[in-house]
Amino acid sequence: MPIELEVNGKRYPVHYDPDTPLLFVLRDELGLTGSKYGCGEGQCGACTVLIGGAPRRSCQIPVSAAAAKPITTIEGLEKDGRLHPVQQAFLDAGAFQCAYCTPGMIMSGVGLLQSNPNPSSAEIVQFLQGNVCRCGTHPRIIDAIHQAAKAMQEHGR
Amino acid sequence: MSGSREKIVVEPERYEFSAGPMHHFELLRRDFFKLLGAGIAVFTMAKESGAMQETAPARGFHAEELPKEINAWLHIGEDGSVTAFTGKVEIGQNIRTSLAQTVADELRVPFESVRMVTADTALTPFDFGTVGSRSTPTMTPQLRRVAAAARDLLVEVAAKEWNVPAEGLKAADAKVTDPVSGRSLRYAELALGKTLAQNLPAEDPVTPATEWTVAGKSIPKADARSFVTGKHHYTPDLRPAGLLYGKVLRPPSFDATITSYDEAAAKAMAGVVVVRDGDFVGAAAPSEREAQKALDAIQVKWKETPQISNREIFSYLKKNAAATSEDRFRKQNGSMEGGLAQAAHRLDTTHTISFIAHAPLEPRAAVAQWAGGKLMVWTGTQRPFAVRDELAMVFHVPESNVRVIVPDTGSAYGGKHTSDAALEAARLARAAGRPVRVFWTREEEFSWAYFRPAGVIEIKSGIASDGKLTAWEFHNYNSGMSAIETPYVVANRRIEFHPVPFNMRQGSYRGLAATANVFARETHMDTVARAAQIDPLEFRLKNISDPRLRAVFEAGAKTFGWPRKKTQEGQGFGVGGGTEKGGFVATFAEIAVDRASRAVRVVRVVNAYECGAIVNPDGLLNQVVGAIIQGMGGALFEAIEFENGRITNPHFAQYRVPRFRDVPEIEAVLLDRKDIASAGAGETPMLGIAPAIGNAIFDATGVRLNGLPLAPNGVKT
Repeated sequence: MPIELEVNGKRYPVHYDPDTPLLFVLRDELGLTGSKYGCGEGQCGACTVLIGGAPRRSCQIPVSAAAAKPITTIEGLEKDGRLHPVQQAFLDAGAFQCAYCTPGMIMSGVGLLQSNPNPSSAEIVQFLQGNVCRCGTHPRIIDAIHQAAKAMQEHGR
Repeated sequence: MSGSREKIVVEPERYEFSAGPMHHFELLRRDFFKLLGAGIAVFTMAKESGAMQETAPARGFHAEELPKEINAWLHIGEDGSVTAFTGKVEIGQNIRTSLAQTVADELRVPFESVRMVTADTALTPFDFGTVGSRSTPTMTPQLRRVAAAARDLLVEVAAKEWNVPAEGLKAADAKVTDPVSGRSLRYAELALGKTLAQNLPAEDPVTPATEWTVAGKSIPKADARSFVTGKHHYTPDLRPAGLLYGKVLRPPSFDATITSYDEAAAKAMAGVVVVRDGDFVGAAAPSEREAQKALDAIQVKWKETPQISNREIFSYLKKNAAATSEDRFRKQNGSMEGGLAQAAHRLDTTHTISFIAHAPLEPRAAVAQWAGGKLMVWTGTQRPFAVRDELAMVFHVPESNVRVIVPDTGSAYGGKHTSDAALEAARLARAAGRPVRVFWTREEEFSWAYFRPAGVIEIKSGIASDGKLTAWEFHNYNSGMSAIETPYVVANRRIEFHPVPFNMRQGSYRGLAATANVFARETHMDTVARAAQIDPLEFRLKNISDPRLRAVFEAGAKTFGWPRKKTQEGQGFGVGGGTEKGGFVATFAEIAVDRASRAVRVVRVVNAYECGAIVNPDGLLNQVVGAIIQGMGGALFEAIEFENGRITNPHFAQYRVPRFRDVPEIEAVLLDRKDIASAGAGETPMLGIAPAIGNAIFDATGVRLNGLPLAPNGVKT
């Protein structure tokens, strides 16, 4: 019996070895390439996904350990053509340059706002310390998360 | 290979790879319309006078249809959509957006109707590379000229339809209007049913910056939505049918060679292709893990050679400088002895520059596919045409059989000029008979890419009692020539660059050697000013004649509030700046040194920048702020460590890059000079931050730090 994953509300059988990191299954087997490889060592955050609602580094989790809970990737945030407020806020703030870190930043931001709907700048910095942006877009990313927090509170999401 | 063209010298920098042979493209006119549909296509020729033009003779094109030296083209479709072509690559610098703005502006159409096709060697004009901050100063005028030529053609087509003289007709809002009769035709209507291709001379002048309507505005990044949804496909996200995953067996150290080799166990694995070609060993398999397992099963022994370590690098560079080399640079004016004799204060300083890594978040990657002797490669490179030529050379096929496409890439910072992953993927794909992806790991990226060169810089100066420089001598060993000449006025000076033969791969980096040379110069200037008890800013202004450089120092000082009084222990203020590649920068920093740990925290930075007429203010702001944050890494803590041909800190856990907690309050002051042609902004805004921080550390502690990185483990007294 292959392992089954629930990703973005859909179930997928997985044929890769059970100890393969989730990231490689998502990208190479399931074709969900929005989650990025940046280091494979849990040091850059580009591969961040939500597992059971909590932000996790998918390069550090064997696929067998991810099978029990629903997984959300960047591809699963948009609903009926409407962007998630964190995606919309990144767009509005122009919070990217090369944007390779952006999916991981957005997933971390979504995870943060789930546990802390109105974070201070210091709390955002603390939470995103493990996410690397090499282009130096950090101030706009912080702004985007503040904007998203505001939008989510106003719209009760 | 045309021998008549001059070698393109992008800048006086030996680490900026020099231009390759001449090129051509194979796109035939009928293919052009087949690809883009009917409509109007306009091709423009380079002006002969332009020494910096990035062009190629159109050998493959029907000679009767297309003259040589075509350097830009665009297409207007029957629906009014505009497609413009450029060999430049999008690597986060936002060039896709700013070039589309330029085309829209000159053609008088909305931004949304312009699509840029970038960096595809089969479709776009030859381009030397997205290097040296050249995209804005060279590509912007080229595209403006082709758009202006297209606009003129549309006016002529309308004039013909109406049977009126073209003079007096007006092109605006994507239509041509006859002010006399009031009638108008949309561009879409003018292009309808036509397959009209015109070669037009590139005419000046084009619209001045004061009359720009689309350019000069903060238009958001093109295709931004595809980046926040994860839909954009970077090179490693491409998955053509039948894709295999390739891995390369890396030697244990630089220059290691194979002495014994047994691949039997790897070859026995199902679905695995193993390649050995000289000292290149690689495997391709249905998954990356299987490819890695195959490599692990290969029995191989290597011959290694002892090599120096990062602890010895600076004495090595001083001892081994080439006495003669064509790369050596020497310039002398006046007499150093005479200048020093006039001086009231004299100073000698020595500065060291460590190797650093670009560490783009997207490591090197390529997907290669062979079909009928033709090779197609997608790869994240800054030099698609050079990669095409290298592939053609290495695989002994004509250039016309190789097509290189660069998807918008997860940054580069000068680190992706080479074809490494493309060659590896193509070699494995040829053996496999299927498409192969090679995607370097972070450790490979840190170890096998190239580095910003290490260097030693020695400076000797003299100043008179009035604070004017009287003598300036500057020697750079190995790190390069970019911004080696001082922007300060001094009659007696001697400036030399000493190349050093060295086996580690070193190459371009954002700002090139300017980050090193400006750091050393601005640190020395600060030291002189303090010794002579002159305010460091006042000392610089006394010795500046260039009004643009003066303007950025003055504008930055005003926003920063220079000079400032210290209000707490450990606080310090510093300034640094300079000019390179047509941009002018002055950076002011406030830092705090922790009393117990001696760690340096950058509290506030003001970065004043001027690069002529601003094309996209928000995009520029992103670059100018980003340069500060990235520059803080090289300034404070980044350094590649190595021993016996191995990089010993090839992970983000060991090689510290700037993170959220490091980021200070940053204010960018952008000076918009609409009277000056736009220059680039990818590199020069980075130059001032390292000396500004170093000088602020001195202000705070009295400790003068002369090496980069300044304080990886805090300020030691």
